Amino acid sequence: MKVGVVTFPGTLDDRDAARAVRFAGAQAVALWHADSDLHGVDAVILPGGFSYGDYLRCGAISRFAPVMQTIITRAGEGMPLLGICNGFQVLCEAHLLPGALTRNSELHFLCRDQKISIENNKTAWTSSYSQGEEIVIPLKNGEGSFQCDDATLARLEGDGRIVARYVGENPNGSRNLIAGITNERGNIVGLMPHPEHAIDSLTGPSDQGLGFFTSVLTAMVNK
Amino acid sequence: MSLDTVDLAKNSPTQVQPYAELGLKEDEYARIKEILGRRPTSSELAMYSVMWSEHCSYKSSKVHLKQFGDKAVKSDALLVGIGENAGVVDVGQGYAVTFKIESHNHPSFIEPYQGAATGVGGIVRDILTMGARPIAIMDPLRFGPADAADTKRVLPGIIAGVGGYGNCLGLPNIGGEVVFDETYIGNPLVNALCVGVMRHDQIKLAKASGAGNLVVLYGAKTGGDGIGGVSVLASETFGSTGPAKRPAVQVGDPFVEKVLIECSLEIFAEDLVVGIQDLGGAGLSCATSELASGGSGGMKVELDRVPLRDPSLSPEEILMSESQERMCAIVEPRNIARFLEICAKWDVTVTVIGEVTDGERLEITWHGDLIVDVPPRTVAHEGPVYDRPLAKPEYVDRVNAEILSLPMPSTDEGIKEAILKLAGTPNLADKSWVTDQYDKYVQGNTIQSQPDDSGMVRIDENTHLGVAVATDANANWSYLNPYEGAKLALAEAARNIATAGAVPLAVTNCLNFGSPEDPGVMWQFAETVRGLADGCLEMGLPITGGNVSFYNQTGTVAILPTPVIGVLGVIDDVRTRTPMSFDRAGLDLYLLGETHEDFAGSEWAYMHNQRGGQSPVADLQMAMRLNTLLVAGRTDKLFVAAHDLSQGGLAATLTEMVLRKNVGATITIENTATTLLSETPGRVVVAINPSDKQTLIDLAKKHSIVINKIGTTGGNQLQVNNVTIPLDLLRTEHTQTFPQLFGR
Repeated sequence: MKVGVVTFPGTLDDRDAARAVRFAGAQAVALWHADSDLHGVDAVILPGGFSYGDYLRCGAISRFAPVMQTIITRAGEGMPLLGICNGFQVLCEAHLLPGALTRNSELHFLCRDQKISIENNKTAWTSSYSQGEEIVIPLKNGEGSFQCDDATLARLEGDGRIVARYVGENPNGSRNLIAGITNERGNIVGLMPHPEHAIDSLTGPSDQGLGFFTSVLTAMVNK
Repeated sequence: MSLDTVDLAKNSPTQVQPYAELGLKEDEYARIKEILGRRPTSSELAMYSVMWSEHCSYKSSKVHLKQFGDKAVKSDALLVGIGENAGVVDVGQGYAVTFKIESHNHPSFIEPYQGAATGVGGIVRDILTMGARPIAIMDPLRFGPADAADTKRVLPGIIAGVGGYGNCLGLPNIGGEVVFDETYIGNPLVNALCVGVMRHDQIKLAKASGAGNLVVLYGAKTGGDGIGGVSVLASETFGSTGPAKRPAVQVGDPFVEKVLIECSLEIFAEDLVVGIQDLGGAGLSCATSELASGGSGGMKVELDRVPLRDPSLSPEEILMSESQERMCAIVEPRNIARFLEICAKWDVTVTVIGEVTDGERLEITWHGDLIVDVPPRTVAHEGPVYDRPLAKPEYVDRVNAEILSLPMPSTDEGIKEAILKLAGTPNLADKSWVTDQYDKYVQGNTIQSQPDDSGMVRIDENTHLGVAVATDANANWSYLNPYEGAKLALAEAARNIATAGAVPLAVTNCLNFGSPEDPGVMWQFAETVRGLADGCLEMGLPITGGNVSFYNQTGTVAILPTPVIGVLGVIDDVRTRTPMSFDRAGLDLYLLGETHEDFAGSEWAYMHNQRGGQSPVADLQMAMRLNTLLVAGRTDKLFVAAHDLSQGGLAATLTEMVLRKNVGATITIENTATTLLSETPGRVVVAINPSDKQTLIDLAKKHSIVINKIGTTGGNQLQVNNVTIPLDLLRTEHTQTFPQLFGR
């Protein structure tokens, strides 16, 4: 089972994401932004970082990378795709997910251990969790406030496409405490907090993030 | 302005040159003329002026820093010592670790965000230059009073700059300090430390050898920022008048540096460079002269080949520019094609600007005209050396003779108030407001970070080998007694490594002082260096490098002498580290080390506006025995938790321990106020299972360390004798200070 991890110039959490994939029992394959070949992977992760220096807007340049064109096509065919943090921003810029991530309401970078609840355990990336399960994983970003128009919000809520919500105080001003969303098909997930930093309580606040990576293995087996 | 060439200089010996404006003294200018046998060209003058600045040449500190060599510790662990970009130590299993701390104080006062950001960028490039992958950063910071108006300008900008740059590089920030004192109000201190790791055979040095090898400049294009940063900013006292100095502050782009790191590591992995140097202070002047003098001496550079952001820059400006994110490599011709290919992969601008020659001179041309022709050692290493006058300042005996008259709480209510006040005072309050702006998780190897005693990162996922780093300074003690102050800071940094169970291995330092032209400041500096050299020798810890920052003074007011000492330690299995706090009830708490009436320089004294008295005297033999005990206790799995005592004494340590994992404690002590508030150095609180009591007693006896049981863990409050403080109240006091001062 192969999971691709994309490196754009400025990507930071690619090695962490690859480690999480290995921890879950799959093979991590490094994908390069300028190479449109996905090298036979069954799923793809767009990791966190500051791709292209976040010039223009976060994720705005990355969506045009050669690797993204293939990823967009394959994801349209149902390939599991997870965007974490900057990866979530790329997914929004690529219009694979609705809405946008804007600056945190407190206007500075925030890194902390965040409790989130899994609101939809039917996606390719969340089936290892129980519905409503609360986990603690790191949140770290400067532009993590999820925003969208009222109609989109109503649709996301109505269709059960909110994948995860912040528990407790709103850390960044996201609408309806949204920490992550999915597409209609449930194969594409964008998530602001970082499950790849919570696969082992030695180096993270918990090991509760591993479920995202084990979930996708299940999804691929059941394909 | 017409081009000033070597030929022109020979033919116009009497031309007036602006050496004073460039920060050179008259005798220094005369010496340049003597070295060259003629007047320097304007480009040569530019190079000498930046390289002979205090910041680059260490001209005032050299005579004292010599002691680090004279008293050097013989250590098998030291792979690269003082003199290179950063020292390198052997941490076992074939791994080498490099670490260094540098100041970026002056730029950060003028332009807080960019000053702090490029401070991080500079130290990271130093580490990269050694051939290492940077794996963590730390940032010891000092500011004026927390409630001062200027601190509200400076602090948020500096924090955002450290975070903005470090976060974007993907480097976990694993610790640091935030300290407030009146003397830093016009001179905030921004020190940045970086740690890197490599295999032994990957160590790179700054040397240009092998005639015919190519000089390659890669990274960002050169712009007009930071011209004269080292000579104008870092080597002069700030005056209240004079032109704005912002153009001398560099502007950084961390994205470019991140790409430069990955590109360089790929180049190193294929062994494509003979020597390498980063461009930091003094830019190309520094890189070319240091590379040339590190090799055989000969180098030719075609300066007009340097890619420019601003095409109007003159050759003098190009030589002085401190534009960030640039590296200079020496590459054999057979490897250049592959080198260019890797740069292309990462979209990094790369240009061959010259070659190594078999001569002994650094020759720089501009469109074919020779504009620099110098022996590179005279630029890089043979700058002026000053044995500046020093004199014990008059204040020392006066303040040492002062008898402190501090209010010592004697009632239950008074004790409670003292604990809560200390918990909330800016120097001891919770620093999450700061550290929440730093990414501590990236790279996935962070084991400990602020507020732990030390930062710790894993360097091998399979063997669990790790390193720990701590930085410490107690400027109040250094003010009272700079010799002891340096030793005490060293001992504390080493203890902060040992509390987690890591073994202290090597030392770096960043010595922040006022003007060296003040004999009193020079005395403080000399005493500090003597104390640090003696301390390292006694503790058997080699000094791997360091940095001196002078001129941290506004007018006649110098900062407190602030030697920030960094200690690196190694731990064979990070999984077995001793955490700083306990997560359960029913453990026994012991205080290791003796408590005396040590209030001089304490936080309690500072809160009551008293600066006098005598600093404690460092007992390094005891410090080493205590460290051995702490490491042994970790190896034997004796300690459930261990936490150092420092500023704020036992009161602060208990506050931090009970709040960390929200488990209270019941403490029974005698002589309550002194036991809680004194800052006698060399003490640690440990938590053990009650059944391990005899093991601890035996271990303490073996290492001759005094121990006292002070209480047990559990409950929702910190109970000290009859005083009960609910954890919620303590937490509120501890955490509300920074948000109240600096907003949410």
